[in-house]
Amino acid sequence: MSKAIITVVGKDTVGIIARVCGYLAENHVNILDISQTIVQEYFNMMMIVDVNRLEKPFEEMVDDLEKIGEGIGVRIHCQREEIFTAMHRI
Amino acid sequence: MINIFEVNETNQMIERENLDVRTITMGISLLECCDSDLDALNEKIYRRITTRARDLVATGEDIARDFGVPIVNKRISVTPIALIGSCACRKPEDFVTIAKTLDRAANDVGVNFIGGYSALVSKGMTEADENLIRSIPQALAATEKVCSSVNVGSTKTGLNMDAVYLMGEIVKETAEATKERDSLGCAKLVVFCNAPDDNPFMAGAFHGVTEADAIINVGVSGPGVVKEALKAARGQNFEVLCETIKKTAFKITRVGQLVAQEASKRLGVPFGIIDLSLAPTPAVGDSVAEILEEIGLEKVGAPGTTAALAMLNDQVKKGGVMASSYVGGLSGAFIPVSEDQGMIDAVTVGALTIEKLEAMTCVCSVGLDMIAIPGDTPASTIAGIIADEAAIGMVNQKTTAVRLIPVIGKDVGETAEFGGLLGYAPVIPVNRYSCEGFVCRGGRIPAPIHSFKN
Repeated sequence: MSKAIITVVGKDTVGIIARVCGYLAENHVNILDISQTIVQEYFNMMMIVDVNRLEKPFEEMVDDLEKIGEGIGVRIHCQREEIFTAMHRI
Repeated sequence: MINIFEVNETNQMIERENLDVRTITMGISLLECCDSDLDALNEKIYRRITTRARDLVATGEDIARDFGVPIVNKRISVTPIALIGSCACRKPEDFVTIAKTLDRAANDVGVNFIGGYSALVSKGMTEADENLIRSIPQALAATEKVCSSVNVGSTKTGLNMDAVYLMGEIVKETAEATKERDSLGCAKLVVFCNAPDDNPFMAGAFHGVTEADAIINVGVSGPGVVKEALKAARGQNFEVLCETIKKTAFKITRVGQLVAQEASKRLGVPFGIIDLSLAPTPAVGDSVAEILEEIGLEKVGAPGTTAALAMLNDQVKKGGVMASSYVGGLSGAFIPVSEDQGMIDAVTVGALTIEKLEAMTCVCSVGLDMIAIPGDTPASTIAGIIADEAAIGMVNQKTTAVRLIPVIGKDVGETAEFGGLLGYAPVIPVNRYSCEGFVCRGGRIPAPIHSFKN
């Protein structure tokens, strides 16, 4: 299974998760896990998603999410999971 | 499953601590291009490079996007041109045409450097080797992206002192030929002892004749990550210090390994090696000198610097080798003066001298790198410095290199500006006593006794 990690960091506001999840649903991306914390009013969320049924190129999703982030004033990164497993798992 | 803390740690390394993959370098063999007609040779070289590396830059950018990690440089190394041009080139000017072809090919595929304008003369020089070496000043002045290297010695063969003496002159001529740009040509010229065949870093990269048709080598970096990790180990003993460096080096190298495998898969070119080097950039916080200062030196160059660097280099290797099955190239800490803000500061305040830098090169991965010296330094003195550095490599069975920039028209106290990743450097004083009588004797220095292992 191809997985990706989406991270959202920024000032907390209404509807951040809704916007991201809406986009993911439209693009057939299944959410496997969500965790979030708020540190000093800063919203910090991580999602693990399954991108097997994504129909557009992965790079396009990266760009789209970045733009959604800009629209709501948060930073959204979407990276393939391998970079994290390579670094943190032996 | 990966947790939020691990994800944040990785992204913090990338965003705040300058973690990046420094270079994806595609090594391309040009042996099949050999031709006795110079025009045909140039045409074949151009076609070979632009075909093989056509997708290199775009693929590098796609991988960077997918993983969210910057890949700073995409580069090409080729078979030493002294070999490739030997059938067709009768004079130095003939070789210059190949340099121009390499430059054109590099521009057309969009890489930022192409290495391999090289000669391997550790024991002797062929006529073609000598013609190539004599063409270097002109070749580097006439091109933007071509990098040149000459291997003048090895532990197995000893030092070719004729080549060392010649290189003293060539460095000086290259400086003259590019004097209106602070002798920038010398920043693209390295003199090696024990040059590796698979080094992905410029200016010394070339595709050795022991290598396959094409190969992907990756250089990782991340001095800033090591420095940040060491902040947490302040005041702790050496065991804790070493553990911290090893763990960090492991993490950095794994990113390089991942990128290398991915690039190899997408480009259909076999993966060669990961070069585990801590390569600084002029950016603040991306400095090997700052790591040494974090370890406990007031300024790099202070007593203790060599020991601290030896430890750092060793721990980087120990952490890195577990992260990748194929480690090669130079692998260690780089100490280029002009590319490292901490080194520049140390030279400026007088804490770091060329003699201390020479001592440091005994224990780290390369050599006297990107050091600006007075423009009136005699060629024989430069040859003497090359000989000293090559002797360190020969005796210690390690790679050493010299990349000195005699900045024409500038003296101690002035600054040379190279721009971009090459940075800037204060001109450093050089010992004024002559070694002319030594370096001009001619012939070879024999291989050291411990090289006879057969």
